[in-house]
Amino acid sequence: MSADLNIILPEIILALFAMLALIVAVYTGKDRLAPAMTWITAGVLVLLAVWVGFTGEGDRAAFGGMFIDDAFARFAKVTLLLSAAAVLVMGQEYMERRNILRFEYPVLVALAVVGMMMMVSAGDLMALYMGLELQSLSLYVVASLRRDSVRSTEAGLKYFVLGALSSGMLLYGASLVYGFSGTTLFAGIVAAAGDSGHAPIGLLFGIVFMLAGLAFKVSAVPFHMWTPDVYEGAPTPITAFFATAPKVAAMGLFARVMHDAFGGVVADWQQIVALLSILSMFLGAIAAIGQTNIKRLMAYSSIAHMGYALIGLAAGTEQGVGAMLTYLAIYVTMNVGTFAFILSMQRDGEPVTDIAALNLYARAEPARALAMLILLFSLAGVPPMLGFFAKLGVWQAGLAADMVWLVALSAVASAIGAYYYLRIVFYMYFGSEGAQVETGRSPVLWALLMVPAAAMILGIVNLFGIDGMAQAAAASLVN
Amino acid sequence: MIGIEHYLTVAAALFVIGIFGLFLNRKNVIILLMSIELMLLAVNINLVAFSSFLGDLAGQVFTLFVLTVAAAEAAIGLAILVCFFRNRGTIAVEDINVMKG
Repeated sequence: MSADLNIILPEIILALFAMLALIVAVYTGKDRLAPAMTWITAGVLVLLAVWVGFTGEGDRAAFGGMFIDDAFARFAKVTLLLSAAAVLVMGQEYMERRNILRFEYPVLVALAVVGMMMMVSAGDLMALYMGLELQSLSLYVVASLRRDSVRSTEAGLKYFVLGALSSGMLLYGASLVYGFSGTTLFAGIVAAAGDSGHAPIGLLFGIVFMLAGLAFKVSAVPFHMWTPDVYEGAPTPITAFFATAPKVAAMGLFARVMHDAFGGVVADWQQIVALLSILSMFLGAIAAIGQTNIKRLMAYSSIAHMGYALIGLAAGTEQGVGAMLTYLAIYVTMNVGTFAFILSMQRDGEPVTDIAALNLYARAEPARALAMLILLFSLAGVPPMLGFFAKLGVWQAGLAADMVWLVALSAVASAIGAYYYLRIVFYMYFGSEGAQVETGRSPVLWALLMVPAAAMILGIVNLFGIDGMAQAAAASLVN
Repeated sequence: MIGIEHYLTVAAALFVIGIFGLFLNRKNVIILLMSIELMLLAVNINLVAFSSFLGDLAGQVFTLFVLTVAAAEAAIGLAILVCFFRNRGTIAVEDINVMKG
């Protein structure tokens, strides 16, 4: 028992921290403590990331296999902990200035992160469901954090209704999987599914429903409807949070379920994942073209990026999962930088999200414009930047798995998608004269913009070694 | 004799009614919450039926978790709905349209 508790100690500590922070804040300063709490929570998340990243080794299972701590879980946990910490820190000033920094915000983020850590470590349908719900319920609340705004509450309501629908589908799938395999443990399900390459029909229904629910959480087309509205309506720091850590967790969970529970019947789900991937890439690329709001544009961008990451999963191989993890780590870094820039966009102290406001921005702020240019090129996948190597990785995995058509289609989608990133660059450098946007003087946002931008260039030497770690992580998942 | 397939049919019917309620309903957000609850209860019937059929307790444990989470979900949904109503003055589904999509 104490060995089990030892394995989930990081999660327990974070959960206790969140509850303790809530009690302390309620009984003392309430919202006055919020800035300090935001920084402390970010510090705790970073410490946990260091701890999880450096001390864990090997494959360990707790509570009879319900909770799995392996290299895959640790890679995903470090990525999501660090990105959640970065997002907390960068939103703090923005929210304080607009008087929406409540003490519940860091607490809810911490609880959501506990849920996410649970998701990527789940070894059982129940653990999966509880982790997913802890994350989702916290996210519904933070989406509507600005409770005096119609947009924010509407975003929360839409997210809630569609999120609950997806949880319902996932759960219905889970119940079928349980019924037809006789167990909720992934290890048992994989044994029941057999390794003949094709699952029994009842189990297949379960897999399809679970796929639909999971696709909802990673916002893959055709289950993406909530994404643009939620991204637009939620306050910008929260949008930044939605675009980073939950995506990593949901993709991690996706890979975990598909390989740990249904690893023997890859051929049964491979086609569905490939279809989700193609639809997401094309819809993300095409629907973003007409957008004028940069947050909406980032929503479509994240849909497209999830499509590319899903190529790695569709490959159904160890190399594919490794490429997917690398892709996610790079995607999160790019998004942290981009959102640090979006958060700093303002005019007369009011936030601006209109792309046209960036007209000739490069004349006023050449350094920031250059950093943003690098990030946008990287998001588009223009060769020398890190974003290209992320795409290259999943393409290689796709080719190795004989999915040439998938790779070819994704190259087309990426060419279409490049248009809207380059359009922003065009506005910044060659746009027309017009109302200008100012970017505040916040050193935190400056650093969080410059560091990812620099990483996009410096990382091309060896990708900072993350792809080696990602492959090792994938090796622990796929067998 | 009532076998497992009867339970599964009832659960599937309830689940489909829940989904249709979610998509076809144009009137009231509360009905959406009821539809979501219906879907989760369909899942519970499934789980309990399987559990008793398989002679395995895990399904019933799962049901208890689902019930707990469903309660939390309803509480959060209603709280968000109250905030929305304060801002907008209506809870008709067709009025959730400040943002397109």
